Amino acid sequence: MNIKNIMILLFTVLIVGFTSCKKDEVINSTEKGSVTIEFENEVNGVPLVLNSQNYKNANGDSYNISVFKYYISNIKLTKTDGTIYSIPESYVLVDASKPSSFLNSFKNIPAGDYTKISFIIGVDKERNLAGAQTGALDPALGMFWTWNSGYIFVKLEGTSPQSTATNNVLTFHIGGIVDPNNTIRIFSTDFSTGNPLRIRADKNPQIHFSANAGSLFTGKQNISFANLNFTMGGANSVIVADNYVSSLFEFEHIHN
Amino acid sequence: MYACSKTEVIKPQTEDIRFVIPKNFPDAVYKFDGNTLTNNGFALGKKLFYDARLSADKTISCGSCHQQFAGFANLDHKVSHGVNNCLGKRNAPVLFNLAWQKEFFWDGGAKNLEIVPINAITDVCEMGTDLNTIVSFLNRTNPYPQLFANAFGTATITSQHFLKALAQFTATMVSANSKYDKVMRNPQQNVFTADEQQGYQLFKDKCASCHTEPLFTNLNYTSNGLDLNSADEGRKVITGLPTDKGKFRIPTLRNIELSSPYMHDGRFNTLEKVLEHYNSGVQHSENLDASLFKNSQLGIQLSSIQKQQLIGFLKTLTDDEFIKNKIFYEN
Repeated sequence: MNIKNIMILLFTVLIVGFTSCKKDEVINSTEKGSVTIEFENEVNGVPLVLNSQNYKNANGDSYNISVFKYYISNIKLTKTDGTIYSIPESYVLVDASKPSSFLNSFKNIPAGDYTKISFIIGVDKERNLAGAQTGALDPALGMFWTWNSGYIFVKLEGTSPQSTATNNVLTFHIGGIVDPNNTIRIFSTDFSTGNPLRIRADKNPQIHFSANAGSLFTGKQNISFANLNFTMGGANSVIVADNYVSSLFEFEHIHN
Repeated sequence: MYACSKTEVIKPQTEDIRFVIPKNFPDAVYKFDGNTLTNNGFALGKKLFYDARLSADKTISCGSCHQQFAGFANLDHKVSHGVNNCLGKRNAPVLFNLAWQKEFFWDGGAKNLEIVPINAITDVCEMGTDLNTIVSFLNRTNPYPQLFANAFGTATITSQHFLKALAQFTATMVSANSKYDKVMRNPQQNVFTADEQQGYQLFKDKCASCHTEPLFTNLNYTSNGLDLNSADEGRKVITGLPTDKGKFRIPTLRNIELSSPYMHDGRFNTLEKVLEHYNSGVQHSENLDASLFKNSQLGIQLSSIQKQQLIGFLKTLTDDEFIKNKIFYEN
């Protein structure tokens, strides 16, 4: 065998090897990667601007928003083969006044292609009943009821000329874990199979969601601020939770 | 003064602080999960409990309204008397045997012992402050960072460690050494007097369905007919259920001799008045407890002798060892 033949053979081996690798990517079962989930706050398609911007709800009432905060927790990712990975200790508090809370990263996720995500809008029942928590669940963050202990899952405050409350205030504090006023809701969405979430050791993909504050006031039942401008748990909170369950979050895209 | 603040220390605990379930008690609800009881944690919790600097105007500590000599209730105060001379809505409850309690406050709104203090801290009529203010005060005030490091291994103070330290102190308050307990645990050596025994029998016949031994509460909520229409909605505030309107947590009767005034609004200042309520004052409120309306008869009929015998028994529930236990004293 002369040099030329050896070179050709070597080349062939390399090409075959490379091609098969690309065609049939093998993911090491111990490979882990990270993901970042981004929330972009908006009101019915327009970026949310706190305090100064006026919006209209489906009932035609004008309003502005001074506080918009929400918990998501118990994030689960589903692979193309149906296996589910639950991200441990996944508790996220997004606060529209704190841009640093919009990006949330999670590490040590088994590598693979994921086509579905689900999470609780709010905090699971167990942690509502647990002792003093820290991190995103720190009761000092203003999302914990002390008089009827438990987390506020979604908090929206603002004003509306239609509100009959003192100073035309809007107070929507949604929470509660006891039936019939349980407001724990689960949101899930599929990703496109053409562009699944690709978790790899050497990548940090991003999932983008929009979070629509306007979703609290329409969906199952349009809210008129003359009739409902204050809720802190209870039956009226259930109305709001049933409104936002399917439309608070919308999956935008994935950057792999 | 200067020297005093410089040398501020917590007296070392001479004996180990332990949480022991009394022989005549059921298993506890609070089990110190994720909050291992230590001498340092307990001592820190005690210091926090008695530190009035935590309140908005630096005048009110937990101990202001929860006095050991009154079973950690607030003697002679119908309702809590908080910062800026503000009066609260309800009577400050006793604090002991909290580890057996599944829910807290007169309406049961707090569902875990560790988070109970947040309510009094943030109530504008109690301590009038918030957790962030307290955590930042503690982080910049010696010797707290060192004390938290001793108790939890980190000098950076969080609301979680603040609340866990308080829970180590409050959950350890166990009152189970009254005369009643001694009679129950060792009847050979301890006996009731004849009147106390009569009172105990009356108690078992007429009171124990709600004030169930050995905690002297069945931990439920009920209406004892104080008002035809309760101004305070009580348990309904929490559940939203009309059937809970005017219902309140059934309080323990332990140390009742020391913890006047009585009822959620502190309306009765003597045990005689309490028993007279049951004898002749029960109103047919909409959610009245069934045991207070039997055979078309309101209340619990008691002769004056029976009332005295019952009070005689209730006084056997006074636990001097607990009331005078120095481990709970303000240092």
